[in-house]
Amino acid sequence: MGNLFKIAIRNLRRYRRRTILTASLIAIGVLFVLVFVAVSGSFKNMIIGQITDSMLGHIQIHRKGYVASIDNLPLTLNMKAQAVAKLEKTFQGIPEITAYSPRIKFGGMFSSFTETTNIRLNGVYPDKEFKTVPLLASRITEGEKAIRKGEVVIPELIAKGMKLNVGDTIVIIATNKDGSVNGKQLRVGGILESATGPGGRDGYLHIEDAMEILRMDEMEISEIAIRLNNFNKLHSIFNTLNGLLSNELNKQGKPVFEVHTWEGLSPFFNIARMIDIMTFFIKLMLIAIVLVSIMNVMIMAVYERIREIGTISAIGTMPGKILSMFLIEGFCLGVFGAVIGNAAGLIIVLILKAAKITFEFGRQTGFVLLPTIDVSDIIVVSLIVIGVAIIGSLQPAFKASRMEPIKALRHV
Amino acid sequence: MRNSVSNFIKEINMSLVIAQNLAKDYHVGEISIAALNGLSFEIDPASFVSFVGPSGSGKTTLLNLIGCLDKPTEGTLTVAGTDVASLNRRQSAVFRGANIGFIFQDFNLIPVLTVYENIEYPLIMVQDVPLAERKERVMKLLEAVGMADQKDKYPDQISGGQKQRVAVARALVTNPGLVLADEPTANLDHKTAYMIIELMKKMQDEFKTTFIFSTHDQKIVGEAEIIYTLEDGRIAGKQVKGGANNG
Repeated sequence: MGNLFKIAIRNLRRYRRRTILTASLIAIGVLFVLVFVAVSGSFKNMIIGQITDSMLGHIQIHRKGYVASIDNLPLTLNMKAQAVAKLEKTFQGIPEITAYSPRIKFGGMFSSFTETTNIRLNGVYPDKEFKTVPLLASRITEGEKAIRKGEVVIPELIAKGMKLNVGDTIVIIATNKDGSVNGKQLRVGGILESATGPGGRDGYLHIEDAMEILRMDEMEISEIAIRLNNFNKLHSIFNTLNGLLSNELNKQGKPVFEVHTWEGLSPFFNIARMIDIMTFFIKLMLIAIVLVSIMNVMIMAVYERIREIGTISAIGTMPGKILSMFLIEGFCLGVFGAVIGNAAGLIIVLILKAAKITFEFGRQTGFVLLPTIDVSDIIVVSLIVIGVAIIGSLQPAFKASRMEPIKALRHV
Repeated sequence: MRNSVSNFIKEINMSLVIAQNLAKDYHVGEISIAALNGLSFEIDPASFVSFVGPSGSGKTTLLNLIGCLDKPTEGTLTVAGTDVASLNRRQSAVFRGANIGFIFQDFNLIPVLTVYENIEYPLIMVQDVPLAERKERVMKLLEAVGMADQKDKYPDQISGGQKQRVAVARALVTNPGLVLADEPTANLDHKTAYMIIELMKKMQDEFKTTFIFSTHDQKIVGEAEIIYTLEDGRIAGKQVKGGANNG
């Protein structure tokens, strides 16, 4: 085998200019794929992180049918305390769940006494909420990074529009599930930066204030947001939860709960999928580049060495060894291109990282692009290139191995 | 395999190559051209045989048949006790690797391998000989053909005569019973050509290998022990050194 590699490498060196050109083409393809994967992956992960860590959480659980009516924030589809207790017990059996936050979501009228508007609000336990969505605190741009009783954290758009500042008094009026209207005077405790995505323009208040406004004698929860210790386990934990909760049936024999990952709740998931699809097509382009380049080079290599093939075949080299000889040549070319491409890709990514390019997404600004390449990306791209290089060499190598020595020796 | 077959052939005093009514036709479109036409001959082990004749007389075709590179249209051909016409592609390759060495008109050395590696090539790729034995055999042949001091050079760094010496060594390194040389001196000047034939004779003496070569160079032909003259695909004459046996 070592001798086959020696011959293959020497043959690549023999046609040095062609080898360098082909390897460069492969390397450029690898470089583009890696940089694209790094940049798009960085963008995707940053936005997903922003959405899940500042609003949604990784997984949410609602009463069955709630998400279909989520725009109305239906109080009639809240979960009773007994159901919530059941869920909390279930969470205790899943160590990957590091935090969860029960929320009462409702819509109401928001009045500064001179102006009135509508508002969507989340009644939360502050400690649990900040643990479940740790970036929420960083979105509070004015006031203390806390949600206290008797205070409300309002979205910046409302604050700006109604010229409200921290410490101002406002009134929130809401209709409860029985249809009766109630109001409560609160102080503006903080102003919250808007975020792109569902819940990005909601206000926050203490859960007990929410209960008071909605005149709840017993707590009824609209949703429970969950945070996992490892985002990569999202789907497995989702499946576990789904499996456990699907056994909880109501009197009609239908499931009581519905479980959603952030993907089912945020439209950004479609953008993330588009990025994945684009990455897939970029990889396909790389495959095409490598396939065409390698096939072209190997067809030329076979054509130029027909007499050599005839000679080694005449002296008794078995077809399998001739096949291996050309496959190894293609393999080496693929490895050569992949190594150069990976090295160049890493350098470009490091440069992009050092440049700290910023971008905007929706109303959010100042995202710093921090492209990173996973070892798995390098391995996958390298394996694709090397695999395609071998496949690209297969036809010419097979042709070489099947060549009749007598015809090959006559070739001029 | 070579040693056992060749020794066996020598022991039982059997011919190394036996051709009977050998014919080979080529088809160009619908036209059939007879390259060989009913050849019958026998070649003994450890002999030095030449086939001579003008271009198109069938020399190369005959050597290709003996070398298992092609199959006869008619007749039988036995080489080292094997009916070579019956071998499939794979069996032919194995047979060639074990029994036949080739010397080509254009030397056909592998350009990316050094002189040493070119000679070593069949031992690695064809016979899978262990390293120590490979080294011994290659060095012995390098000494024998006078190329030991050039062993690290590549084919494009040596002369035509030196290339053919390397080709002779490569043909002998597997200890074949038979070496076929198709116009081995055609691309060499007269002096060098003569030296190559002398080298082949020396090797034949030293290794007791049968050499069959084709040529149209009358001065070199005289060096062969047995000379077959081919004309239009037939044997027009046979000359044995020290006597003539026409027909």
